[in-house]
Amino acid sequence: MDKNRKVHQFKNPVLNWIEFRLPIISYFKKEYGDYPMPKNCNYFWSFGALATITLVTMIVSGIFLAMNYTPHTDMAFDSVERIMRDVNYGWLMRYIHSNGAAFFFIIVYIHIVRAMYFGSYKYPRELNWILGVFIFLLMMATSFLGYTLPWGQMSYWGATVITNLFSAIPFIGEGLKTWLLGDYNVGNATLNRFFALHYVLPFVIFGVVGLHVAAVHVHGSNNPDGIDIKTNNDSVNFFPYMLIKDTVAMCAFGVAISAVIFFGPNLMAEVDNYIPADPLVTPAHIVPNWYLAPFYAILRAVPDKLGGVLLMFGAIVILFVLPWLDRSKVRSCNYRPIYKWFMMGFFVNFFALGYVGMLPAEGLYLLIARVGLLYYFGFFFIITPFVGWIEKPSKLPLSISDVYAKNIAPNIGGGEKGMPAPAMQKDTNL
Amino acid sequence: MAKKPKNKRRDFLQLSTVTLGAVGTAAFIWPFIKSMSPAEDTLAAGSTEVDISAIEEGQSITIKWRGKPVFIKKRTKEEIDAAKMVQASDLRDPQDDADRVQKEEWLVLVGVCTHLGCVPLGQKVSDMKGEYDGWYCPCHGSHYDTSGRIRKGPAPKNLDVPPYSFLNDNTIKIG
Repeated sequence: MDKNRKVHQFKNPVLNWIEFRLPIISYFKKEYGDYPMPKNCNYFWSFGALATITLVTMIVSGIFLAMNYTPHTDMAFDSVERIMRDVNYGWLMRYIHSNGAAFFFIIVYIHIVRAMYFGSYKYPRELNWILGVFIFLLMMATSFLGYTLPWGQMSYWGATVITNLFSAIPFIGEGLKTWLLGDYNVGNATLNRFFALHYVLPFVIFGVVGLHVAAVHVHGSNNPDGIDIKTNNDSVNFFPYMLIKDTVAMCAFGVAISAVIFFGPNLMAEVDNYIPADPLVTPAHIVPNWYLAPFYAILRAVPDKLGGVLLMFGAIVILFVLPWLDRSKVRSCNYRPIYKWFMMGFFVNFFALGYVGMLPAEGLYLLIARVGLLYYFGFFFIITPFVGWIEKPSKLPLSISDVYAKNIAPNIGGGEKGMPAPAMQKDTNL
Repeated sequence: MAKKPKNKRRDFLQLSTVTLGAVGTAAFIWPFIKSMSPAEDTLAAGSTEVDISAIEEGQSITIKWRGKPVFIKKRTKEEIDAAKMVQASDLRDPQDDADRVQKEEWLVLVGVCTHLGCVPLGQKVSDMKGEYDGWYCPCHGSHYDTSGRIRKGPAPKNLDVPPYSFLNDNTIKIG
């Protein structure tokens, strides 16, 4: 091995002992201590950390739920009710887990909105964006699998409808569906494998999150002005500044999620899922979880089975190529006077799609869904590539500290207006 | 010249190693993939015999066969006529009523919507039966006629007819 390797020296001899054998201490110091963050980052930049904390919370609460859950069609529903009534603090574990899933999606959606509005997906962070979309896909799969486990009416019929999407594929569709279910319809074989996959996928997500974070640390975080760090004056160390900021965000998040867990634990639940699964009776309205509703609206907006399925999956797949659809070199929408409004329109449109996705697909709702569908794909295929041609971006600041020097903090998410730059702290001794 | 045959030998070894490795991996993965297909006991779900003597004209019952609902309906004269009057060529999934029944008053269907697998309404007197007076799927709005054929909505195909036979006048064997 390399005899000339330079070993970092710390004051603590135990750390030195570890560092010599496994240089993990210097790694953490570099990536989470001295790591430079753009000093203009606002609270939107806390949602990555919040998402990570939520993922860990979901894994921990899920493991404890699994200790009392029975993945069998005859016993699954009752075992969940037993968790709610008899298991010590079982109700708390379950409400943390079910509401945690909803909040996980809220956080990740805000995280995605931030990445889109401030252009974090652009050069050199494209791979980071791709890994992020991949995490989003894994999250949707995991939440769908998990929703099946309580074996209520919505669980059963949600699983039936979603697995039937695969039967739309020509020639191999029916066979593929049967293979996925392990039966000709959703049954015990399906519940068993869904439980196994629901248990393992979060660890896969955890791994991809590791890559996602490692990738962002290569070029550093983007910021509300979308310009690179040029000098030390543009950044602050992650520790303690951003850690403290993320902690404040986490406290606010903790208050929000606790309010729901303790005072409205079923606000986001479907009442039909408290009826045990019945393969002979379909509920009058099958509603997906709200966080999947925009994609469900797209599925139902198309009057053709295969077409609906293709567009629904296409709506997610299109996200992967966003960095190459957007030809503008300017990252932040704060400096893009036209695209900014189309971008906000996209967020409103996505919200509207989600809203109609929860309602019956008829009349006005169906019309809104179809208009929303056109805007969704129009945004990616027409607006995003071509707005750059007609748009004249505002003048970018010379550097991040320049934003503060001239006191021209942008109106959206511009951080503390006109604050002097905090002094650099380099002596973060562990 | 001395080097060339040596390279060929190296290429051959490399290619055969990779090929053997790929075949071996595929052979190893196959049992895992196949284990997810329906198990033998699931395939052997068998058949069901149903007593139909108590079903009145216009009445329909739901029974469970291989985990799925099956509709058995004794159709009225008007329903049979309505189903026969339709030109098969006008339909999305063209099929004559005669091809869907063995005895024209008895209609046997798998009660699973061919769109995304919901159970259509229309079995109870109080149910919505849709615009063609057969069945109506509440999930995404597919309308089926009195022969269980798709007439309106997103479903691509007619309701399936399961394999069945009349053991005698009062008993149907499904499966």
